[in-house]
Amino acid sequence: MPYPPALVAPMRAEMTRMGARELTTSAEVDAAIGDQKGTTLVFVNSVCGCAAANARPGLAMALQHAARPQEVVTVFAGQDVEATARARQYFSDYQPSSPSMALFRDGEVVHFVHRHQIEGRSPQAVAAELTAAFDRYCGATV
Amino acid sequence: MTGHVFHPGHEELHGVTVVVHGASGRTYVGRYHERGARGVVLHDVGVHDAASGVPRDEWMARLRKFGIKVDHRTLVVPEDEAGDIERLAG
Repeated sequence: MPYPPALVAPMRAEMTRMGARELTTSAEVDAAIGDQKGTTLVFVNSVCGCAAANARPGLAMALQHAARPQEVVTVFAGQDVEATARARQYFSDYQPSSPSMALFRDGEVVHFVHRHQIEGRSPQAVAAELTAAFDRYCGATV
Repeated sequence: MTGHVFHPGHEELHGVTVVVHGASGRTYVGRYHERGARGVVLHDVGVHDAASGVPRDEWMARLRKFGIKVDHRTLVVPEDEAGDIERLAG
């Protein structure tokens, strides 16, 4: 059962403040990932305090890095159920967990961060892992 | 919401994905809920059984890369089965 909208509103706002675009329907997910080109990071948001509370600021820090995905989108697990299920179809090799992050490049998942890789880690540590992935997959190519 | 935790007052491992080494040789990976008289309560649990023929290290490596294939939404690992517990993230 979804949490009350007012309770999760700050968690949604934290994402949009950093520039992430919310996807709340399957159609929006398909439009964003269905024919994906370039680099896109999909953040599966969660109410979980012990993981998402570090994942969101970690991502915000990472997005200050020079190399970063061209687009950041987010679905909210347990809240926007249809959109989340649809997004997970695009990275179905990976078991569902939330929060989690999938980095796409030209339609393929090139890096995935599971919930268990976030738990207990500081936002700085989450950011460090993400920026390493951004350097590898989102930097300029020569 | 930064730093906000919904479940204050629980054990340190509450909500954290852990590996429980079973006395039987089974390995359980899931989100820790609590440890009580009945045993260790885990959510969204994958179980490795050596009898499956898949080497444990191979199973763990796949799980770390692709996540936990859930065998049980909630599982109580009996106290006499539950051995060492460690964070999956190490």
